[in-house]
Amino acid sequence: MIKAVLARIKQGHRTMAYPKKPLPLPERFRGYPELKGSLCPADCRLCADACPVGAIGCDKGLSVDLGKCLFCAECSAACPHGAISYSGDHSLAANRREDLVIREGEERRLARALDKKMLSIFGRSLKFRSVVAGGCGACEADSNVLSTIGWDLGRFGLQFVASPRHADALWVTGPVTENMREALLLTYQAIPAPKLVIACGACAINGGPFIGSSEVHDGVDGLIPVDLYIPGCPPHPLTILDGLLRLLDRLE
Amino acid sequence: MTPSMVFTQNGGTLSLREIPQHAPDRFAQALFSALSGGWRVVSYFGVQADDGVRLYCLLSFKSHATIGVMSTLVTGKSFYSLTDEAPQLHLFEREIAEQFSLSLEGHPWPKPVRFAPALGSLPGVTPHRPPTIGIMDFYRVEGDEVHEVAVGPVHAGIIEPGHFRFQCFGEEVMHLEVSLGYQHRGVERMMQGRPGERMRKLAETMAGDTTIGHGTAYAMIVEALTSTAPPARAQAVRGIALELERLANHTGDLGAISGDVGYLPTASFCGRIRGDFLNMTAGICGSRFGRDLVVPGGVAFDLSADGASQLADRIRTARDEVTNAIDLLWDTPSVLARLEGTGVVSEQTALELGLVGPAARASGLNRDIRRDHPFGIYSMSQIPVETGKTGDVYARTMVRWLEMEKSLDFIEEQLAQLPGGATRRAVGEVSAECLAVALTEGWRGEVCHVALTDARGAFSRYKVTDPSFHNWSGLAMALRGGQISDFPLCNKSFNLSYCGVDL
Ligand code: SF4
Ligand code: SF4
Repeated sequence: MIKAVLARIKQGHRTMAYPKKPLPLPERFRGYPELKGSLCPADCRLCADACPVGAIGCDKGLSVDLGKCLFCAECSAACPHGAISYSGDHSLAANRREDLVIREGEERRLARALDKKMLSIFGRSLKFRSVVAGGCGACEADSNVLSTIGWDLGRFGLQFVASPRHADALWVTGPVTENMREALLLTYQAIPAPKLVIACGACAINGGPFIGSSEVHDGVDGLIPVDLYIPGCPPHPLTILDGLLRLLDRLE
Repeated sequence: MTPSMVFTQNGGTLSLREIPQHAPDRFAQALFSALSGGWRVVSYFGVQADDGVRLYCLLSFKSHATIGVMSTLVTGKSFYSLTDEAPQLHLFEREIAEQFSLSLEGHPWPKPVRFAPALGSLPGVTPHRPPTIGIMDFYRVEGDEVHEVAVGPVHAGIIEPGHFRFQCFGEEVMHLEVSLGYQHRGVERMMQGRPGERMRKLAETMAGDTTIGHGTAYAMIVEALTSTAPPARAQAVRGIALELERLANHTGDLGAISGDVGYLPTASFCGRIRGDFLNMTAGICGSRFGRDLVVPGGVAFDLSADGASQLADRIRTARDEVTNAIDLLWDTPSVLARLEGTGVVSEQTALELGLVGPAARASGLNRDIRRDHPFGIYSMSQIPVETGKTGDVYARTMVRWLEMEKSLDFIEEQLAQLPGGATRRAVGEVSAECLAVALTEGWRGEVCHVALTDARGAFSRYKVTDPSFHNWSGLAMALRGGQISDFPLCNKSFNLSYCGVDL
């Protein structure tokens, strides 16, 4: 017992101050892209050709679809003109699929808060039931991290629960494999209304690295309605938390 | 008479023409005699051919760091199972049957593996339609007081999907059947074609917690096929990243084991320290899982002198904190009492099933790719192999901890003597009509990638064996005769990948 107490003193209090204070991210972290389409020569498609998942559009000006993007930065390496770079900005989540397609000069369309009525229901307590619908397990690992002492999701009234009957929201990771489609839909149905759906990670949004496979559905769109899209492969825990806090109107 | 096998090494290639092709009975004979001579199977898979389905078997002989390859051709609608004599083939054979629409004669357990559409079939035969996931006959025990517990595919936590059927007599588990396939994404089908960025991303996400393990194996395949030798500095960075991956996952699992026996201090400390290891990887390449660090020809990010000394500091702190957290376990008799004797897999069982990684080592099998088939930096710098004897949860926990200590030593040593020079070399043209093989020791154990190229240098077949593929039946065996309430604990001590199997 005494050893456990000593260990507790040694390990200290570690819950981060975020969102009151910012959390430093590694220098090489790749977040919100910065586009300078004016630097692109006509008909140059080098970045688009380098992208493994077709996230880049070159036709009507340069665009990046954050719903598909794996943040591998192959596009910026392929561009000799410096038209694409990835900033250290972790805020990426959006409410609508089309808001994830970003173009130069457009205003950022980050996730907005739920409406008043929904906020009064979920604003102080929101419980998630997770369904892993394929993928690689990394989105799950970084969703799980939020419940560790460092992040302490519980302090925001957010929690992952074991049964859909106890949940307010469905948390989807993975591209929705054909073999998980039914289990996903049944779990969605089992959550009492009103309910929210969160698509966490490139897979759940649009198939991720598995986009186009004949054995996956390229994400949840078209199967169930989504209230929050969280880009990344996998999204950094801070990107996830940022999206959730925006949805619940907890970030100034 | 043709020799029974042709030999290569880890990260080596063979011309497809050199590979001996045996008639099925000679193939079986050669395989059995290799197994009885101390070889073991690292991969066994089918490839669509003009005249049938060609089966390739790759075997390892650890004391000579040699990999042997042989093949046979299936021309009829069925092939005969060798599982009775060689249990380590059991899942490979089921997979071949499912992937190539063949029926499997004489297999004790001929069931679907991934409930997936076939990759190919005999010429002129329409491939099988996949069975509906989860619909099959499960093994059943009948009798008074015998009951069945079915769990999944959706589990209680944030966990990958799978289905488990327990046959129980009261609390006692007589049998556990594990049925997977829910994560099946069609990865091997997508790995056909020209090697490139898409393939690299697919490799990294075969099992996302083994991004470096699988990413390195993929890079080694491309390097073998293009005769590229990555610079020494890149090899050192890869090794550091691979050990960081091991540290993060082992720390998380030791914390989870501790949580499952209700000992919360270690559980919560480890939950956080795991994150520290992930953040160290992110310090190198920006991604906590090591995405985009390992590329064919080397690594995409260099470790600056500053970065290396910061990393060394962080390793020192983490070693201190994780030792403190884990020592609590060894000092708490009630924790040890729950771990000892729980979920035993005997050495004999581990050997027969062909277990790999810490699970195999905890049962006394002394196998580790880093030493037996050294690759990259491990050919210069050895990591001692840790084994246990008892094959229980305690041994799996202890082996993981001992491995962590060695990984910490290794990283410190590498950081102190990083070779200079470049971190990446350009890769050239991929050789045509070759077979390349790459083995790495991921944190769960042996990761095996095998690629076959066609006349234009594109992958005609890319076969991946995640360590979980060998080890899931080890978990099932660990439960036999145990209590159903021990399942979570046994499960954590193995912590197997679902997606790594489902591919
Ligand atoms: S960073 Fe995103 S847009 Fe750029 S190449 Fe990678 S996946 Fe494509
Ligand atoms: S989005 Fe990326 S990290 Fe998440 S499950 Fe898919 S492949 Fe894995």
